[in-house]
Order: sequence, then C-alpha cells, then structure tokens
Amino acid sequence: MEESHRYTFTAGLKAGTSIAIGYFPIALTFGLLAKTTGLSVIEATAMSILVFAGAAQYISLSLIAAGVSPAVIVINTFIVNIRHFLMTASLNEKMEPDAVWKKALYAFGVTDETFSVLATRKEDRIRTPFAAGVILIAYSSWVIFTAVGHRIGANLPLFLQAAMSIALYAMFVGLLVPSMKGNRKVVMLALTAALVNSLFYFTGWLSTGWAILAATLISAVFIEYVYARKGKS
Amino acid sequence: MDTWYWWMIIGMAVVTYVPRAIPLTFLEGRELPRPVQNVLRNIPYAVLGALIFPAIFFVQENIWFGIIGAAAAFGLAFSGANVMVVVLGSIAVLAGFSLLL
Repeated sequence: MEESHRYTFTAGLKAGTSIAIGYFPIALTFGLLAKTTGLSVIEATAMSILVFAGAAQYISLSLIAAGVSPAVIVINTFIVNIRHFLMTASLNEKMEPDAVWKKALYAFGVTDETFSVLATRKEDRIRTPFAAGVILIAYSSWVIFTAVGHRIGANLPLFLQAAMSIALYAMFVGLLVPSMKGNRKVVMLALTAALVNSLFYFTGWLSTGWAILAATLISAVFIEYVYARKGKS
Repeated sequence: MDTWYWWMIIGMAVVTYVPRAIPLTFLEGRELPRPVQNVLRNIPYAVLGALIFPAIFFVQENIWFGIIGAAAAFGLAFSGANVMVVVLGSIAVLAGFSLLL
C-alpha cells in the first residue's frame, strides 16, 4: 500500500514535468515584469504563492501599472478564472472519492495546465497522490521561477524566450492528439470549441476568460446533443 | 507598495480559489444526472481545443513562430511522440528557426 502510494505521487511528479518546463519562462518573465512594475520580490512571489493563476497575474500587473483600482483588479481576476469552475466540475467526475479536506487542498492547484494533464489520463479514476504530484511540481516551478525572475532581473536569451513561448501550447497539443486518434467525438469537441473560441477572439465579442468558458461549454453541450440524437435514431 | 496591495492579492486569491474549490468539495459523493455527466466528460477535449486555438498562433509578434510551432507540435504528436518530446521538440524547432532569423 505504502509502495503504491509512493509510486502514484512520483508518477504525478513525472507527468507534471512538462508543465514545470512550460511555466519556467512564463514565471521568469512574470517576476521580471513585477519588478519593473515596482513590486518587491516578496510581493511578487507572494502573488504566485497565493493566487497561482498565470493569465490573471499578468493582467493584474498591467492594471497596477495603469493605476486601476484594486477592487477592479480583483473582479477582473474573478472573470479571468471563472472557467476553472467548469474544469473542476469535470475533474470531480474523474478523481477518486476522497476526504473533502484533501479535495479542498488540491483544488487550489487546478490550473488550465494541471487540469489538462489530469483530465486526459487514460485511467478511469485518478488517485489523489497522483494529482498532488502533478500539482506540486507545477506549483513549485511557478513560485520558484517567479522569485528567480525578480532576483536576477533579466530574461532568457531572446531566441530561447521566443522558442519557449510555444511550450504550454505544445503540451496541450501533445495531450489532445493521442485522444483524437480513432475518436471522432474528441476531434469534433476540440474542433468546435476551437472554432467558437476563434470566432469570439476575432470578433472581440467576449474577453479571453469568458470566451474560453463559453466556447468549451457550447462545444461540450452541442456535441453531446448531436451524439445523443444519433444514438436514438 | 502599501497595504492595499496585500488586500488585493488576498482578494485575488479568494476569487481564484472559490471557483476551483466549490465543484470538487460540494459535488463529492453526489451522483449527477447522466446527461450532465456526459457533458462534463466532454469538457477536457473542448477546453483543449479552446486553449490551443487561436492562441497558439500568437505566441510571438511574428506569426511564423506560431505557425511553425503549431506545425511542429501537431507533427510530433501525430507521429506518436509523448508529451515531453512534443514540448521539447517544438521548442527545439523554434529555437532553430529563431536563430536563422
């Protein structure tokens, strides 16, 4: 029992490594930008420790620099991160049942990236230690490299920075494609959400946070409806 | 920075945490209606589609980074490479491209 626990936590760390790599340049740049915005290393790192949400943290820096009121920044953070509600609702179906305090604890670490890694696992039920491993390595990278970025006050060489900006998207692709093979429904789900999200993006009808939420929900419901009808006829 | 900053990050922390925690705690041990379960099972693949497109094309000002990076990532993934190889391979391709510029 002890052995299998250790295994699943370690397997989680391993599965989360690609997130840690992807977070590295983003956290580094966040630390650097926080410094130029006038935050101390403690203040910048505290935000990464307490909030752990990449896009919202970046936006907060530009809003602080623009002198926007803190209340508005908090509301904006809520809007950007509301999509995680949908993700944790979905993840709850896949996680093993466990004590509520444990679930409340790892809920803190559900980001776009940790969710993607966990939700695309092949096994029916994900063990809590596995999720803890994925989240811990991702979170560590985010926090540590925020502090490092602020301390060294410099960025990666330009060519590497440009190259590494693809990392998280490449990871999303690497997680999606194996599920697409031989599964038309998965292809339709991804394609529909991609098209709807692109529509929102190019028309400017919704801001990014709402757009991802709406595109995901529209695709998940619509494709389910299509498949349910096909099943009946 | 003053105390407002600390109140602000506490506020940001709360509004980020609550939507993450509510489903995982309130839904524990509850069986949702079958159609809702089915929709929730679709979410991961729909989310990935929305997270990738169109943002993957705009990782840099120069759109070629996005186009070449996306082609590399999809190429590697379809050839059966695991996630880590897709990530490192795409970075390597773009590093090469950016050194050529």
